[in-house]
Amino acid sequence: MHKEGQIVISASELTKTFGDFTAVDHISFEVKKGEIFGFLGANGAGKTTAMKMLIGILSPTSGNASVAGYDIYTQTEHVKQNIGYMSQRFSLYEDIPVIENIRFFGGIYGVGAKELKAKSAALLDKLELTSSAKTLVRDLPLGWKQKLAFSISILHDPQVVFLDEPTGGVDPITRRKFWELIYEAADRGVTVFVTTHYMDEAEYCDRISIMVDGRIAAMDKPAILKEQFQSPTIDAIFTQLARGAKRTAD
Amino acid sequence: MRQYGVFIKKEFKHIIRDKRSLLILFALPIAQILIFGFALTNEIKNTKIAILDLSQDEASHQLRDQLIASQYFELNGDVHDVADVESALLSDQIKLAVIIPENFQNDLSHGNEAQVQLIADATDPNTATTLSVYASAVIRDFQGDINGAYNLPYTITPEVRMLYNPQLKGAYLFVPGVMGMILLLISAMMTSIAIVREKEINTMEIILASPLKPIVLILSKAVPYITISLVNVTTILLISIFILGLPVAGNIFLLFAVCFLFITTAIALGLMISNITDSQQTAMFISLMGLMLPTLILSGFMFPIENMPVPMQVLSNIVPTKWFFIIVKDVMIKGLGFASIWREVLILTGMTLFFLFVSYKKFKTRLA
Repeated sequence: MHKEGQIVISASELTKTFGDFTAVDHISFEVKKGEIFGFLGANGAGKTTAMKMLIGILSPTSGNASVAGYDIYTQTEHVKQNIGYMSQRFSLYEDIPVIENIRFFGGIYGVGAKELKAKSAALLDKLELTSSAKTLVRDLPLGWKQKLAFSISILHDPQVVFLDEPTGGVDPITRRKFWELIYEAADRGVTVFVTTHYMDEAEYCDRISIMVDGRIAAMDKPAILKEQFQSPTIDAIFTQLARGAKRTAD
Repeated sequence: MRQYGVFIKKEFKHIIRDKRSLLILFALPIAQILIFGFALTNEIKNTKIAILDLSQDEASHQLRDQLIASQYFELNGDVHDVADVESALLSDQIKLAVIIPENFQNDLSHGNEAQVQLIADATDPNTATTLSVYASAVIRDFQGDINGAYNLPYTITPEVRMLYNPQLKGAYLFVPGVMGMILLLISAMMTSIAIVREKEINTMEIILASPLKPIVLILSKAVPYITISLVNVTTILLISIFILGLPVAGNIFLLFAVCFLFITTAIALGLMISNITDSQQTAMFISLMGLMLPTLILSGFMFPIENMPVPMQVLSNIVPTKWFFIIVKDVMIKGLGFASIWREVLILTGMTLFFLFVSYKKFKTRLA
């Protein structure tokens, strides 16, 4: 269905202002199918705002963008059917069991009853949560909650999944395990758009963009960027770019 | 359709999981109606009184017996002088003292004016007034008996009939009142909290980013609370019929239909509240202050609207519970049909549509 190198996300001059404040300032980029695209930036650089415009819960002030081939202004409904989203703050229902969360989110994304049953069994099996299916989500460790939230966000086989700082608050080993799930999804052809401020995670991405003050300051493969900036780590590049930032983190 | 199904199911799961809220949802109406029914009654029944009979003649004994025979009063021991009366009042043993002066019979039968003094404890003015009115009524009856015996030519006897509520039961007033309060509290407050909670725990974003239509979210949030509210209406009616002895005079289906309408009004209000706030606490606060207080003060349930200053009377028109209160009184107590309540029903329907329209509009803009 999709040919290699097909462009799944494209943004051109995308801008969002809140009053006098320009949160996202004319950003343009493209993401190809199956790519893991890292969206880096300090807190308040505009990552989340940009992402919210792409998933259709915030309307842009100006500029154009399309996701999964659909225009984000006019075809929001189609966009929503073809994406998965995991928000910044961990967001499943803590007071209901694991299996009920899977059923609920699968249900609102329109996964059929029979398919949902098979998929939730497979999901539980993969996350080794089968015996904890009836456990309340609040009783799971944070790392597991995040893995569960990610697995649920791709349960309906979306073309693109948007992850907003998915690994906040967990240790590097747990983060590494989380990224194994991301690779697996990308191998199946799911395009991954992920924001983070952990620089070790940046190295895992196929391509990264670094946002400073609402603008994209640098964008390429991590290795190329390191060469370009003559810097041993992404962290150093980031520090170098962020030093010029006028905005203070919120 | 499937989306509605999973969503409503999830909502019920939330409610069932939260045992404390569940208890409040179902026990609150029962507690309220019983408290209003038995504890907060303003009927006079077996109130302790003292009778100081300084006359001790046939007429005074007759009056004394008549007072005690009424179910309103009960004699609290014997008093022998005014000091006894005072100390009984001060120590809260009695709420009312009746003093029959010396030569009572003599004054009566010789055409002179006979006097009886009523001393009421007016720390609670309403009770004091009611007590003195009741005692006066008994004394008037007594006088009537004597006048009958003497066959006076000129007498005017008012024949009073208390329509719709012949026993003057407080239940006739507070059952519709409590019903309005409970439905408003549960439907509006719980719905707004249920929606705002999704914002607080951030699942709202996920839902907005999903293909789910806002209307599905709104309806799915409403259905569980409509169900619970209808259960509560049934409970309140059962208690009022079988425990408080207050029958439903009108059509029970009409009563349920108007309750359903009012539940919808309350849910629409809850939706509006959920649109203007992001925290559960604020939603609860707005519901309590913005809905409960006006309901208590301006619906006519606690204080008669006719006696209020004109601006308050005008203001009371925007309180939905006022209209619901009128409708329920008409249907439940007076036994009136739809023909008599259509105006109020129309007003409530209009309000509901307005609230729904506003919240739907606001909800849509939040999406964009």
